Formats: sequence, C-alpha cells, structure tokens
Amino acid sequence: MSNDITIKKGLDIKLKGEAEKTTEKAILSNYYTLKPEDFHGVIPKLILKEGAKVQAGEPVFYDKSNEAVKFVSPVSGTIVEIARAEKRRIVGIKIQADKEQTYHDYGKFNVDAVDADTVKAHLLASGCWPFIKQRPYDIIAKADRTPKAIFISGYASAPLAADLDYVLQGKEAELQAAITALGKLTDGEVHVSVGKKSNSPLAGLSGITLHKVSGPHPSGNVGTQINKINPVNKGEVVWTIAPQDLVIIGELLLTGKFNAERIVAFVGSSVKKPRYFITKIASEVATMVYDNGVEQNGNDRIISGNVLTGKQVKPDGYLDYYSNIITIIPEGDDYEFFGWNKPVFDKMSSSRALTFSWLTPNKKFDLDTNTNGEHRAFVLTGVYETVFPLDIYPLQILKACMYHDLDEMEALGMYEVAPEDFALTEFVCVSKQPHQQIIRKGLDVMMEEIG
Amino acid sequence: MGLKSNLHSLKEKYSGTKMAPAFNALHTFLYTPNETTHNGSHIRVVDDLKRTMNTVILALVPCLIYGMFNAGYQYHVALGEIVRADGFLGASFWTWDNLVVGIWQVLPLVIVSYGVGLLIEFIFAVIKGHEVEEGYLVTGMLVPLIVPVDIPLWMLAVAVAFGVIIGKEVFGGTGMNILNPALTIRAFLFFAYPTWMSGDKVWVHGAVERSQEIANGANLDAISGETILGSYAQNQAVVYDYWDMFWGLIPGSVGETSKFLIIFGALFLIFTKVGSWRIILSTLLGALAMGLIFNGVIDAGWIGESSKFYGLMSVPFWQHLIIGSILFGAVFMATDPVTASQTNKGKWIYGFLIGFLSIMIRVFNPAYPEGVFLAILLMNVFAPTIDHYVIQGNVKRRMKRLKVKTA
Repeated sequence: MSNDITIKKGLDIKLKGEAEKTTEKAILSNYYTLKPEDFHGVIPKLILKEGAKVQAGEPVFYDKSNEAVKFVSPVSGTIVEIARAEKRRIVGIKIQADKEQTYHDYGKFNVDAVDADTVKAHLLASGCWPFIKQRPYDIIAKADRTPKAIFISGYASAPLAADLDYVLQGKEAELQAAITALGKLTDGEVHVSVGKKSNSPLAGLSGITLHKVSGPHPSGNVGTQINKINPVNKGEVVWTIAPQDLVIIGELLLTGKFNAERIVAFVGSSVKKPRYFITKIASEVATMVYDNGVEQNGNDRIISGNVLTGKQVKPDGYLDYYSNIITIIPEGDDYEFFGWNKPVFDKMSSSRALTFSWLTPNKKFDLDTNTNGEHRAFVLTGVYETVFPLDIYPLQILKACMYHDLDEMEALGMYEVAPEDFALTEFVCVSKQPHQQIIRKGLDVMMEEIG
Repeated sequence: MGLKSNLHSLKEKYSGTKMAPAFNALHTFLYTPNETTHNGSHIRVVDDLKRTMNTVILALVPCLIYGMFNAGYQYHVALGEIVRADGFLGASFWTWDNLVVGIWQVLPLVIVSYGVGLLIEFIFAVIKGHEVEEGYLVTGMLVPLIVPVDIPLWMLAVAVAFGVIIGKEVFGGTGMNILNPALTIRAFLFFAYPTWMSGDKVWVHGAVERSQEIANGANLDAISGETILGSYAQNQAVVYDYWDMFWGLIPGSVGETSKFLIIFGALFLIFTKVGSWRIILSTLLGALAMGLIFNGVIDAGWIGESSKFYGLMSVPFWQHLIIGSILFGAVFMATDPVTASQTNKGKWIYGFLIGFLSIMIRVFNPAYPEGVFLAILLMNVFAPTIDHYVIQGNVKRRMKRLKVKTA
C-alpha cells in the first residue's frame, strides 16, 4: 500500500479521437530521417558519409562531447542526404530504406552473467543509450555517473496517450531483460509505476519496486512520480526510460538486433479512424497520415507526440526518436468574433468565467491550436498550483528562470523538473506564457553554468 | 466575413509599425486573434486576460448601477424631497429621478477614468512597442466606485494620470506593478485634495455646493453628508440601522455602499475562480479579530466614553464589516493578483493583516476615518516579503532533504 501514489492536483484533458485498440502494420516508409534536435544538447559528429550503405542498428553519428554515445540507423539502406542549417549545423540524416532489411548483429547478451561496465559498454555501442535520460536537465544520461535510482512510468495519463498496457502486451521477456540489465547500472532501486487498475505486463517483472498510480494527469509523468517517490537533490542523478524503449533495449539484449519497431497510437480529432500502427522510429509520417483518413488538404497540425509536449512536424516530417504517438488536431489560425467575452461551451477552461466546461467533466473536446488570447505578463496567481502536483512553486521557478537567478533556480527545485512537468501549467496559463520553453532555457543555462 | 478580412489586411498593413499595438488593441477587442501555438503545449485553455478582466467588470456592474441610483437617492433625501426607502426594494429608491441624477454625476467619472487611463496606456504601448494590456479595464471601473460622487473631474483626471504612470507604467505595465493602481489613484486624491475626499460634505451630491452658497449668504439649510464612520468618529449617534448599511442606503463612495451587491459580486468572483476566496475570507477574519480586540478593550473599561476613540472602538465587531469600505476593499482591491501575495499560504497572511490593519487605522485615525485603502497599499508593499518567507519554507524542506541524505 505504501507504494501507491495518489495525485490530487492535476487535470485530465479529454479530447476526441482516442485510439481504438486495434493494431495494423503501417506501410513501410521509403525514407527515414534521424534528427539530432531530438537529442537535446547533442552535437552530432558523423561516422558515415553521404552515400554510405548502412545496416539497421549501425552507428551513424556520435555525440561530440561524449563520444561513447552512438546513434544508430533504424533501418538498413543508403544515406541519401545530410541536411544542414546555418553554420553547417546538421538537422537531418536521411536514409533511403532497402527493400530487404538487414540488421547489424550485436550478438546475444547474457544479462545475468555480466557486470555493470559490460552492460554499459554494450548499450552505448549498440545505440540503446540515447533511450536513457537523466534528471537533472532532462538530457541523455551521462554514462560516467551512477544514478541513485531509475524510474519507469508505465502509466500514460497525457491526453490521448497510447495505452501502455495495450502496446506492451506480450513483451514481458524483452522488458525483463532490459530491467535486469538496467538494474545493474544503479545502486538504488528501479521504480516502475503502473496505473492502479491496469493489467500492465510491467507489474509482473522481477527486480523492480512497483508503484500503483492514480489521479489525473500529470500522474503518469515520470517527473511527478520521481517527486513523490524519491526527489532529486543537488548532486544526485536519476535516470528515466520510457517503457516502449525498454522493449527495444530488451530485444537487442536477447537477439542482438536493434529493432526500431514501435507501436504508435495515431490519434486526434482530425483522424477518421484513430488506432494503433506498427511503424519504425524516424519514419516519414506522411505515409501513415494521409493513407489513413486525414484530409490531404485539411488545415491540420501534425504532432509527433501528445498535444501537450509533442513537436509540430510538417506532413513530410518524421516520427521523433522518443514518441509513441502521433496526434493530429485542427489548426486554429482564425479569428473569433468577441471570443473573449461570449459564453463558451465547446472549449476547455480552467475557470468558470462564462466558460462552461465545468458542467461537462466527461465531455470530449475538439480543441484546435489557437492560443485563445495574446501573450501577456504573468497576472493571475494560484491557477498553476491547481494542476501542478510537484512540491515546487511553479510561478516562482518560472520567474527565476526568466531572470536567470541560478541560486534561486537551484533552491526552488530546478534539478527535479523537466519541461514536460510544466505542460499543464502552460495549458491553463491565462497569460499564454511559453512555460516549457522557459524551463528548457533555464535548464540549459544551469547546465552551462553549473554543469 | 467582410469585417474580419478587412481587419486582417489592416493588421498586416500596420504590422511592424509604431501604431501596431494601438490597432491590435482595438482589433483584439472585436476578435480574438488568429495566433496559434508554436512550441510546448499545442492546445490552450479558452481563458485569456481579457476574459478574466471582463469577469471582474461583470462583478462590478451591479455596484455601479446601484451607485448611480444611490447618488440620486441621497441627493433627493438630503433635499427632503423624498422619504427614506424602506429596505433594498424601497419605493423611493429605484426611481427615474434618482437614476437621472446618478447618471449625470457618475457617468462622467467613468468616462474620465477610462478616457484618461486608456489614453495613457495606449501612448505607453505605442512608445514602448508592447501590446496594450488589459489591466486598466478593471482599474478604470474601480476608480469611479471608490471616490466621492462630487469629486471635480479635473482632479480625477490628474489622479488617474498619476496612478497609471507612477503606479504602473514606470514599473513596466500590467503584471509588474507593486501597488494597486486604483488605490494609488485614491491615495493621490486623498493626500492631494483631502477636503474633497473626507469630511461630512463630500459624500452626498450637492452638499459642497450648498455649503458654499450658505457661506455666500444664501438662506438655505445645509446638506449633511456624514458617513457612518464619520458619525462614529465624532462620537455622534448614527441615524442608519443595520439593514440600511447592508442594503447600501447610506452615503459613501459611489460603489462601496451596498454590502449586499458586493457580496453578490464576491460570490460571482469566487464561483468563476477569478477572485481568491482565501484573500477575501482572511481579510474579513482579520477585520473581525481587530474588532473583537477593540470590543474587549471597551469591555475591560480601559477606554472611557470621554475618549475620542470610544465611538469607533465600541462598534460591535461584526458591524465593522458593513460600514465603510472594508468589504469592497476585501473583494475587489485586496484580491488584485498582481499586488497581492502570490502563494496560497501567503494569501492567508496577507489578507488577515489587511483586515486587521484596516480596522486599526479606521479606529485610530478619527480625522479621516477609513483605513482600508491605506492598509491594502501597505500590505501590497509587504506581499513580496510574505511570499519570500512562505517560499523559504519550501526551500528549507529541500535543503533538509539533502542534509538527511548526506548525513
């Protein structure tokens, strides 16, 4: 019982377009693009040149500041383009997939018989390391540190999130292999949380400390769970991994193959038949989007990720490295006559100021991307606190980030947070401030100054 | 469609020019903009600052309308033309005659307040190149409600200009100010033109004019416009009963007399989650606590009837809430989120001290009996300090966690 986590502060955003529990195999894309921007703070150094042949799982680039961390190709094929932006910064590595896929063989790995350093070296070399993220700073884990604990959230509470119980079905062997391997890398525990009423395959694993989570979003955010279970103190490091990535790690350990396959939820009110697809990391979204019931000329936004934390991608864009969901919602680039004072029934609101979403708590809304107002200075107080369950003062930490007071940021708990923890406060913000961006920049400043 | 696309092309035309903020302010008044999210959360709640401010204005409208009727009613009662109304729905209150006098007196205050204030806001927005922010929409509504009905318009204009520029714009505009702008404006009037802001002549329309005519030798009866607080402060008998005070059939600043409608506004603000119930409740608790202390002092016999403080100290503690402007201040002034404490715990302390100090100043300042605005301004200054100590609690908890670990 003591392991249960109950969240009271929060908000479940109920949207139209939830995925039906059927899975189809998506048509395989011809092109895959690795985007270094998916890996915050990584400066890529290419291992292979344009035109080179690559096998699935073969390293394509590494991190300049941490050469051991390799990034591998999700498919076998030919590197057809290295896209660069100003100052020759690499923004995309485009790979044309072979018809017949071949895999780089890393060999079967007996996780029970090896020590931590061997596990670490194996994950680094095989391209599995980028799946492991760390706090503080919400970046790819630094391999030279030993985390005090590892956190895995098997409960997805974000709007329209892929049901993890469903997508992890039948993956027990892979999950167990990955957990056993990761367990060797920490002195502390491996905390795994599942929904209170779930039948998650994660619950039956050995070598974990299980937590049952209930309550509104962000109860499923790993940051919320860290804060409730074992918050990060100054000088400490914890690691976090998404369960769908454990499957890839597990398969690599068991078979020696880096299999970039991932079950992705295809959701949102602009999708005619929302459901699950099996596709691969970094695959083109267009093939999936337009063949499956999204208007070709529709004015929609495609998001790789969920509506709160995902990235906007163009129709010819790519599934990002960490997402297991693609959301498509209407764009809101239109004016609304007297939108600021007339009664509103069809949009969500955090107040009751002639807004009536409080009358229909179970209604599923069809929200668009309009900001519903202009950017303003912080005015209201006490609103963020109602959706922010962490033991941190959200408004004050945001302000500290804006005026770059490192001491204050540290004192207020900056080591514990990631941008996604501020997604809900951003959603309810009356002043339309970009909370996640503010936190990301704040983390970057701290990382630079303090390290 | 026509208007929408025309405005859109005008917006494109002005975009990037000096006039863009002024145009956008008018444009966004008609249409919420076509802005979309770019990073972070792709969806946003429907609430924006305009809607929030509009909600406060809606809560104030009953007070304003009542204030108009009351201005006329007090005038006609003082002239002896009508009898006192019996209760909130009294026949002699809701009449056209009262309303016409009220509109004639109160509407110019509203127009001057908004006109001068918004003009300054627009000028600053154009100079500094930021959008016109909505803060003044509420301030502009509050100002006419907290001044005496006969205040000369030029004084109001000067005070509004002072309040908006010194009270707000020099700090960076809406969201950055330390003092409540509406109360800054009132404080300016209070200290610059005290004869127009206090005493027994200013609270009823026509009283000042009449006293000047009498001074010039006219053979007329003086109009008394004494407020309840004034009567108490001078140890005089109060001619109004509790229900008059509650319904608001008394002289006073334009919008603050009807406790009934203020409570109605408070419930609306709390229900819509725009006003902080913590501040409202704690302010009232603070006022009651101070009232009880004074009552205790009287009961203990420490202050005799000869004392000049006796009148106000002996007011039963609960009555402090229905006289003067404590209720209006608690609901509409103390709750201003920018100048109040920003932490939930801090709000309790902040509100309690406002109530406590309001009654203290009210009692010990018999020359100008009312202390609510002074108490709120004082606590505005201390709100960041209160927050600082509340937040230190959180910081210390974090430090302790670390110490336990390393020990």
